[in-house]
Amino acid sequence: MQKYDQLVKDLAPKKFGIKGTIWITFLIIVILAALYAYYQQLTKGLIVTDMRDYALWGVYISNFVFFVAVSLVGSLISAVLTISKQKWSIPLTRIAEIVAIASIVMAGLTIIIDMGRPDRLWHIFVYGRAQSPIVWDVLVISTYLFISALLIYYPLLPDFAILKKYYKDAGSKEGKWYGKLSLNWTGTPKQKHILHKSIRTLAVLIIPVAFAVHTVTSWLFSTTYRPGWDSTNFGPYFVAGAFVAGTAAVIMITYILRKTHKLEEYLPDEIFDKLGKLLVLLCLIYIYFNINEYLIPAYKNTSEEKEHLYSLFFGNYAILFWSVIFISFIFPVIVLIFPKGRKPLPMFIIGFIVLVGSWWKRYIIVTPTLLHPFLPIQDVDKSWHQYFPTIVEWTITFGTLASALLIITILVRYLPIVPIQETAEENNLIETDKKSE
Amino acid sequence: MENKQGDSRRKFLDKGLKLGLITAIGGIGLTKLATSLSAQSQNASGDKMQLMTTDGKLIEVDSSEVIEVKHSNNNDEVYNVREGFPNRKFVMVVDLARCKNAQKCVKSCNSAHYITTHNAWLKVYDMKESAETASYWMPTLCQHCDHPACVKVCPVDATFKRRDGLVLIDNERCIGCRFCMAACPYSARVFNWSEPDQIVAMAAMGEEAMHHESTPDYAGFPSVKGTVDKCDFCPHMIKEEKLPHCVSTCPNGVYFFGDAYEDSVTNGEETFQLSKLLKDKAGYRLMESLGTEPSVYYLPPVDRMVDFEQGLDIYHELNPENKSH
Repeated sequence: MQKYDQLVKDLAPKKFGIKGTIWITFLIIVILAALYAYYQQLTKGLIVTDMRDYALWGVYISNFVFFVAVSLVGSLISAVLTISKQKWSIPLTRIAEIVAIASIVMAGLTIIIDMGRPDRLWHIFVYGRAQSPIVWDVLVISTYLFISALLIYYPLLPDFAILKKYYKDAGSKEGKWYGKLSLNWTGTPKQKHILHKSIRTLAVLIIPVAFAVHTVTSWLFSTTYRPGWDSTNFGPYFVAGAFVAGTAAVIMITYILRKTHKLEEYLPDEIFDKLGKLLVLLCLIYIYFNINEYLIPAYKNTSEEKEHLYSLFFGNYAILFWSVIFISFIFPVIVLIFPKGRKPLPMFIIGFIVLVGSWWKRYIIVTPTLLHPFLPIQDVDKSWHQYFPTIVEWTITFGTLASALLIITILVRYLPIVPIQETAEENNLIETDKKSE
Repeated sequence: MENKQGDSRRKFLDKGLKLGLITAIGGIGLTKLATSLSAQSQNASGDKMQLMTTDGKLIEVDSSEVIEVKHSNNNDEVYNVREGFPNRKFVMVVDLARCKNAQKCVKSCNSAHYITTHNAWLKVYDMKESAETASYWMPTLCQHCDHPACVKVCPVDATFKRRDGLVLIDNERCIGCRFCMAACPYSARVFNWSEPDQIVAMAAMGEEAMHHESTPDYAGFPSVKGTVDKCDFCPHMIKEEKLPHCVSTCPNGVYFFGDAYEDSVTNGEETFQLSKLLKDKAGYRLMESLGTEPSVYYLPPVDRMVDFEQGLDIYHELNPENKSH
């Protein structure tokens, strides 16, 4: 009984402290700056970016791909690992779903930022054409968001009921809201049966949808003829990279929440050890796809691919390209092979390196290809041969990242980070609770 | 018992429907027969008409028997902005042997379409296939592909393919995603990154031009911020039975414009049979391997009228301010 009460107390959402308030204020300032920058972009047009007729997509698109990639971790941890009965990942499911929701919402918003006419967004729904990959993307992203929302909400039902009771006992008003959200959950066997069945169905459903989300996103590129994008490898290559990016994000956020919410007991070192091993596997798969993606075209060296690959291997993008490959994907594998590398702090640092590398990885997938069109770039301003985001683009991009973090922060404030009910069941605390009553 | 009743009712309904249908069809048939019979008997005017059958035979029939058939839609007769000019298939032939980068095409195109971006729709490339082969000038414009990659990827049907071969853009529908630009292998498309500064050029055209509404068959008049523009093959000139600006202003007769159904192309001075010209001069299309099926053909730069000289390679000379003069 005492143990159970302690568990609920530990896992119930906590109000922001001073640090939390500072953090939120910081995020809001960044978002306000981004909103101002976006206002500039709306009034003046996309001329405020460094994009031009050749580099026609830039950091907004690569940032969009990054968000879609990160969102895939929700399906990996709360679906793939759950279905394969990996018990160690149970405390991570909520965090993974929160990260997934935040990033898929931001993916949807980021793609609107890139549009020349955001005021005509409704045209997609009125004039939408089935042959355009953009329409497929809109469909799968909204489906993924919907299933993800259900997949985070259903397991919350018992937790909301627990929180309702907890806050009622504490005499807090918050209990009322949790009560409403719990949809009269009482925990009868029938309710439990329906809930488990629904969650399992959703967990199975979300896997193909998640694969579709990132595969379709890769098709935005691979349905064109351009060297560097014209690849049959793109779907699995993007999906593999997405799991790497998402896992890195979950590692970082788990580490931070464990510190701020003092959850060492519920998110033990062992979890980081397991996540580390998982990340090694995912990085190795991703490196394998990279070999296919770059070395095989380089072997053939057709005149179109040659120019593009040269800029990556030895040219303008060489430092970025090799840094991403070696520092963000190969170096982590080496570190994580050793048990000491899988301790929480090294894992946090590795997670950071991998996540930053994953962001830049998308940048060098999008930009260099556009600067190597089939016909040479002639008779235009010299600056059109290059692309690097302007201050406006950076401000907006950081704003989208801050917005994702704000969504995560708000969800973490009101939702139990570690599932209460499942943790209690796992530790057989529910039974003792009932007996003592 | 109930079942049986239901069955019989169904049968009755079924029979009734069938009978009704037969009566209706029969009725129509009878009236048809009656009208044709009466036509034959009543107005045998004796006025004979010669007609050609679908298999090429000439037959003579009484003019009274010829009845005009009405089509369900009139796309074959009337110009429609999304369908195009009826029974036409526009093509262009660019003779690379004649081009000496005079830039008149670029200038006339820029001024006719009020192009204010720093990227002209019509570009003249300094091309060289390999180190050993000769340099030549290659003008490019929208290739108006029959399998257009840009149209395929457009999410809102803003860019579309017409029956007369033209690929056009509805700037009032375009959402500015630029997927078409990424898809086009010919770099033919440009984007209005800011509010197009066309006021001066249009004011010169008079008050009416200032209020001209954006239409797919007159690209750039006016351009719309946040949307894509490109060469439109000048349907506004075709309407007036004139040649596109690049064709008519080229001093070297590089461009030939015409109709593939008529099998003829002209540069305003010379007219050729399209199929013969392409065969005789080994015409080809750009990036044929991509399967885009362009409507623009190129004649190889052989037996050139002039030597290749380095022309205008500084973009400043091509700034919109200078371009239009």
